[in-house]
Formats: sequence, C-alpha cells, structure tokens
Amino acid sequence: MAGAPDLLRLATAGSVDDGKSTLIGRLLYETRQICEDQYRAVERASRERGADYVDLALLTDGLRAEREQGITIDVAYRHFATPRRRFILADTPGHVQYTRNMVTGASTADLALVLVDARKGIVEQTRRHVFLAALLRVPHLVLCLNKMDLVGYAEERFACLRAELGALVARLAFRSVTVIPIAALHGDNVTARSPRMPWYGGPTLLEHLEHVPLGAGAEQGPLRFPVQLVIRPRTADQPDYRGYAGQLASGAVRVGDQVLVLPGGLTTRVAAIDTFDGPLAAAAAPRNVTLRLADELDVSRGDLLCHPASPPRVGQDLDAVLCWLTPAVLQPRGRYLLKHTTRTVRALVREVHYRIDIASFQPDHAATVLELNDIGRVTLRATAPLAYDPYAQSRATGAFILIDEVTHHTVAGGLLLPPGAEDVLAAA
Amino acid sequence: MSPDSRGTALVEPAVALGPLSDLDALEAEAIFILRETAAECARPVLLFSGGKDSAVLLRLAEKAFRPARFPFPILHIDTGHNFPEVLAFRDRTVARLGERLLIGSVQESIDRGRAVEERGPRASRNRLQTITLLDTIAAYGFDAAIGGARRDEEKARAKERIFSFRDEFGQWDPKQQRPELWQLYNARVRPGEHVRVFPIANWTERDVWRYIAREGIELPEIYFAHEREVVERDGLLLAVGPYTPPLAGERPFRATVRYRTVGDMTCTGAVRSTARTAEEILAELAASTVSERGATRADDRFSEAAMEDRKREGYF
Ligand SMILES: Nc1nc2c(ncn2[C@@H]2O[C@H](COP(=O)(O)OP(=O)(O)O)[C@@H](O)[C@H]2O)c(=O)[nH]1
Repeated sequence: MAGAPDLLRLATAGSVDDGKSTLIGRLLYETRQICEDQYRAVERASRERGADYVDLALLTDGLRAEREQGITIDVAYRHFATPRRRFILADTPGHVQYTRNMVTGASTADLALVLVDARKGIVEQTRRHVFLAALLRVPHLVLCLNKMDLVGYAEERFACLRAELGALVARLAFRSVTVIPIAALHGDNVTARSPRMPWYGGPTLLEHLEHVPLGAGAEQGPLRFPVQLVIRPRTADQPDYRGYAGQLASGAVRVGDQVLVLPGGLTTRVAAIDTFDGPLAAAAAPRNVTLRLADELDVSRGDLLCHPASPPRVGQDLDAVLCWLTPAVLQPRGRYLLKHTTRTVRALVREVHYRIDIASFQPDHAATVLELNDIGRVTLRATAPLAYDPYAQSRATGAFILIDEVTHHTVAGGLLLPPGAEDVLAAA
Repeated sequence: MSPDSRGTALVEPAVALGPLSDLDALEAEAIFILRETAAECARPVLLFSGGKDSAVLLRLAEKAFRPARFPFPILHIDTGHNFPEVLAFRDRTVARLGERLLIGSVQESIDRGRAVEERGPRASRNRLQTITLLDTIAAYGFDAAIGGARRDEEKARAKERIFSFRDEFGQWDPKQQRPELWQLYNARVRPGEHVRVFPIANWTERDVWRYIAREGIELPEIYFAHEREVVERDGLLLAVGPYTPPLAGERPFRATVRYRTVGDMTCTGAVRSTARTAEEILAELAASTVSERGATRADDRFSEAAMEDRKREGYF
C-alpha cells in the first residue's frame, strides 16, 4: 500500500479581489468536491448576477448577511482531498477584522497561502499576512502570484516579484517559502501545469500542497502531556482505576518512563498507556491516551507531565504577545481568565509595552492600550504558575487565550515568550 | 475489526509513534473535543439522532471515556415520525453501551401547546424538533449539547464553530460567535445559555463512511440497500408509510434504495442504490455527483438560506 493519506491544515489570506474565492472554488471544483447540484446552484447564481462565466468564487460564499453585502466576514472551513492528502482549509477574509480572522485561521495551520495580485505586487495587506503567518509560527508559506494572465504570463514580472518577496521573508522563520505563478480564473498552475508559462519549472499549487513535508512536528519535541480529564469509573469491576486522559502536546511517552508532574514538582513512573483500542508501549503526539501512574499522587486537570530532564518553564510572570480580538479595548491592569493548555487561571495584564505595527513589523511605543485587531507586547501576572514553553518552540504549550470573566467572550489570543524577549519573531 | 474482537488477543502492546493518518488525526481532534466538553461543562448532553453521524459520535465517546461511563446522558428528540429501524437501533445501541437515554417528544410539545403541527400534504415535524430540543435543554439545565453536524454539509455550516454559542433563547447569532484559536476552546456560558459542540465538524461524509468501515460501527439497516415502497415527490423518493401516504396522482412503486441521512420520515428521501456495506457506499460516493443534503432532505430545498434560518432559531 502507498500509505494512508495524511492531513494538512492550511489557511488562506489575500486582499479583497486578489482572487481568493476564485482560487478556493477552483481547488474544490478540480478535486471534485463540488457536486452537480451545488455547481448548478452556482451557475444559476452567476447568471442572476449577470456574469457570463460560472463564478467559482460563489462556491465559497457563506452566510446570508454576507451574501447581501457581497463580502466574506468570518473564517470558513473547506474540505478537499486527493489520494495522497486530506486538506482542511481555513478561508480567512482579508479586510474587515483581518487580524482576528487571520490569527484564528493561522493558529492551527501547517501552511499559509497568501495571494498577491501580479499586477499590484506586494501591498500592505501582503506584508500583514506574511507577518501574521510568521508570528503564529505557521511552518510553511506559499505565495501565489495570481492573475498572471493580466501581466501577459510574463516571466520578468514573476522574477521581479519573487525577488521582492524573498526580501520580505528573509528574516522570518518559515520552514519553507514557495512562490507560484497562477491564474485562478483559468486554472493555470492550480492543479494543471500552465502551457502559457513554460518558463516556470516548479510544482503546481496542488502538487506543492500534496508534497510539502509535514514531519518533524510535535512528536519530535520534549514530552508534554497536559492532563485533560481524570478517568475514574468507580464501577464494581474497575473500583480502583484512575487514569489521566489527555492529548500528547509534544514528544513521546513510554511505559516505565519517569515523569515529573508540574507545577507540583513530584515525580512518578508511567505504569500503563491505555486506549480504547488496547494498551500501548509507547505513544507520540498528537495522540490521545490515558496514562496510569505508579504512585498515587494528587494529579488533576491542568497539571502537565514531562520528563524530568527536559522540563518546560514554570512561572507566574509572563512575557507575551497579545492579539486583541474584541471591540472592547484592553484596559491597563485588566483582569481576565487565562486558558493555557487544559489549565485556566486568572491573570492581570500588568503592562502594554508597545503595539506592533504589522505592516512594518516595527514597535509603536506610544501605544498603551490595545484595540480590536491590534497586536502588542505585554507582561502578565497569573494567579497560579503555568508550565509553558515559548510559543516559538511549541504552539500547544506556548499559546493561551484570554476570556472576559463577565461576558465570557474570548478577547485575546496570546503567544508566550522567553522571559525578557524583545524580538517577537526570533527563531526558537 | 468488529468491536467485540478488541482486546481479546494477547499481543505485545503496540507502539504508536509515527505520524497520524488523516482519519486518525480527525479522530484525535474529536476525542480531544469530547473530553474538553466533559471537563469544562457542568451539564453536557449528547444529541443522538440515530443517524450515522451520531453513531460515530458514540464510538468516539467510548474512545474518550472508557473504562468509565459517559459523563453525559444521551438525548433523542423523537418526532413521532421516526423510521422504526432507527428506534430499534437506538434502543439496542444504548443498551449495549449501558448508558442513560433521555427522550424529548415532539408529540408531547404539540399536546402541551408548545408547538403547532404543520398542516397540508408536505407537513413535517422537522422544524418542531427545535422547540422540543430547546425545552428539553432548559428543563434539564444542560449547558452543552454535543451534536454530529459537519461543516461540509451545507454552505452556512462552513463557518460554524466547534463550540458554537447559543443565547438564552437557544439562538445562534453569527456576531456572538467566539474566535477559536488553537485548540483552546471557550465553553463558558451564563445560566440559561448553552454551547453546541461539534466534535466531527471537520469530517466529510466520506470521512464518516471510511471511519464506519474501519471501526465496524453498526448502523440502522435503512442506511444499506433494501427494497421498499416509495413515491416520487419533489424529485425525492419518499417511503410510503402511515405519515406519508401517497398524494393524489402519485403512484407508489417498489425500488431498491438506501438512505443517506435518517431524519423525520416525512422529509427524508431515499436514493436508488445497491450498496449493502460501508465499502460499497464509499464506492458509490466516489462516483456520485449529488451532495448529501441536496439528494435527500426536502427541508433544505425550499430556499438556499433555509438551513441558516433554522440555525438561527436553534436547530441542530
Ligand atoms: N483575469 C483574472 N481575473 C481573476 C483571476 N482570479 C480572480 N479573478 C477575478 O478577480 C475578481 C475577484 O476575485 P475573487 O475570487 O472574488 O476575489 P477575493 O475577493 O479575493 O475572494 C473576480 O472578478 C475574479 O473573476 C485571474 O487569475 N485572472
């Protein structure tokens, strides 16, 4: 067997009218996700709007209010598959609330796909999207130069834009950056090689998406096992069973391993790794397992198990980057609930050091509050210690959200930094 | 592999270190979501329609919580117009799992004057389910209702959150939805509010069938090809039964069909098929050109925004 398909999560971004909807519609259509009835509905809608071609962009149009306004305002998730890979695409709209949406989509993405109109070249939105993808540590970046038909499929235009983009990403920590010239409307280099761009020797977009390596991910890192749920059947046949269920955030665990429980600090051994499908001798991230421990310790949800030789940081004073997601302004000394892995504590935002201008990547020290779609460097004080890693090392143990205690809204996404860190884009 | 063959053979414990397949990754996400719901919510409930998506949810719940019992009851909203095969499947499944079943009855909502039966030949109780569901959620004080909806079912679902917030009227407001970053789900609600939780939001119909085949999950018989008496109505094949007598001018005939979803008998259509196993259904799906809801749900056909309107009202 050629091996089971794997799963790639990608997030798309682009300014309005760069052709994102058209490109996604084409990916869905060409990978045969679109059924005849859906295609006919789009055909009908295209005619009603007076278009003389089938507007594939309509395939990805969502809610009624948005249809009426003719815009997309929220992250939408699309699915397509090839024999090699299953794809989950987070379609993040490029204008209204762009930061909030892009941060949401990028937070779980393995790959960011940013559209650039080949006529316009790099615009402010491009810089924002690339910066956010880098900040959120999306491993792979794909820049699609779209509407190549409108620049005569010219190699010079491509070469020139590629050089500019190379300069833009030079100091950013992507694992790979790929530039592909396409014409989404006509399908050139989307799933089939374009005969109109014979000078282009690279992969089509779909080929690239199918082959970009997913490995060397979470399973490679140090063991991080946030306890999610304590499983205690208390039944006649299982009176004493006590298992710690959760998802391995990184690394691998083996039966017999010594583990340290944080933030408590006690150590014990892993007696068994249970799953519904049978016991395991070893398991790696991102699997869900239930661990039984050799000693009866007081372990509960929110605790983190690791190997004693490679512990995370433990602390209450936290340096972080905040992405502010709500219209209510971040008040200096604002108090929030902070959810990190499976642990929720209270936290106080002690100081907003600066806002980061996401078009220039430069700090703006004049800012003391954060508003909707702002990104800022802050320090926080938590009411209880967190066991964490810098976000650049581990997304799962370096990310948190802030929740308003009264409205229960999710008001911010946060990325933890090494203490005192200044360069928020620095490699881990 | 059949469920009862699990764990009977004495083999060396396996080593699970490599990268995950796509189905394993989707399964892992769903188990994480179920456990998160159990940990964060005071009174969750699992909505069970008797359909394939809820059968998958139950298997995922076994994986998430065994050897303990489920930390929530199972709720079925009974329209009174169910396929008998689905009710039998429900009772057999709940008995096998040894879990607690609650039933919310649409008929009772009608009898108590909470809901008004639709009239006319195309009357359906599909919309009334919403009233019974919200009443049941309120009566028990549930703060989370786990459902099997998927983002690929319908355009309006593509933007659905995994934890989807409903206000004290059970309504879904697109503006109130919380951003979902990483796997850090926010399940907090005030009394009277609740969240709908969709552990298999990211699965497609094909993923569901692949998982059913892989796990050997049992389904109601009507999912597989069988012969029955049907009429053709509004382009759908509807089973002839006590709630769906043939209308004037309709000629019942026998056909070999299967169901792609199981809802209210009055609005769930069958498709012609000879597929008798999950594998054969996957083969048919690969060749199929009509989407799941387009093929079989009369309730979605009347307007393009039908689903969205029902969701606002608190539909599943
Ligand atoms: N000529 C040309 N037009 C394109 C191409 N891709 C998209 N368009 C057009 O650009 C406009 C905006 O596309 P759309 O997909 O709606 O952009 P979005 O706002 O990024 O989703 C539409 O009129 C498309 O038909 C392309 O490759 N070539």
